Amino acid sequence: MLLTNLEVVPGRRVVEHLGLVQGSTVRAKHVGKDLVAGIKNVFGGELKFYTELLQESREEAIQRMVAQAEALNANAVLNIRFSTSSIAQGAAELFAYGTAVRLDESP
Amino acid sequence: MTDVLVVCVLLGLGFGFGTLAERRHYHSIRRREEDLASVMIFSARFPPEPERPRESRLVTGQVVISVDYFKAFLAGLRGLVGGRVTSYEGLLDRARRESILRMKEDARGLAPCKIFNVKLETSSIWKGGGNSLAGVEVLAYGTAVAD
Repeated sequence: MLLTNLEVVPGRRVVEHLGLVQGSTVRAKHVGKDLVAGIKNVFGGELKFYTELLQESREEAIQRMVAQAEALNANAVLNIRFSTSSIAQGAAELFAYGTAVRLDESP
Repeated sequence: MTDVLVVCVLLGLGFGFGTLAERRHYHSIRRREEDLASVMIFSARFPPEPERPRESRLVTGQVVISVDYFKAFLAGLRGLVGGRVTSYEGLLDRARRESILRMKEDARGLAPCKIFNVKLETSSIWKGGGNSLAGVEVLAYGTAVAD
């Protein structure tokens, strides 16, 4: 599965458009980590737990999007966009969407 | 009285560690920016039409950075009179540059390459009542196209 946020794939042709595919996930870390983040808020610096949390969420959202694309028999997802939003304290939603297409065979 | 003391200690800790963290971070950012200067990034939506098929892949980088107590306090004071909140400008600058660097590191597998259609998504993770944390999350993503 080829993933890209361009509207074209360099050197390859789109054979068929299969429509929008999307994946989303809402995740939270446990309270302990929220506490650590609270302490970190005094000192400043990177909040590694939250970076990890967002990375995991992003990977999961992409996976769900790819699963949808596979169900449509696509071999690429073009024009991928991400959007994040906070739903509650300590919880984040990550949403990924793109257009599933079938590309011609790679030479 | 104890309340004032606690706030003073928090401000001191925030100022000390926060300044140190910021200086270290800027140092590391500048060093890695030099290392990764060969990976060029573009916000152009379309890469130039290649004469042969190129390998391409989605690359991402992200970071969550927290502001320190002292800077949050300064920003609160600034809110009274209005104007530029320089303490938060530095935070956003660091977060953006860091996420772009991580995106470039993600693209290393394709090197040498260029990254097209770079987008930056910024959001604050917490917003709410009195005791809320202040942090900024930046996600940078784009498509790396091998040279």
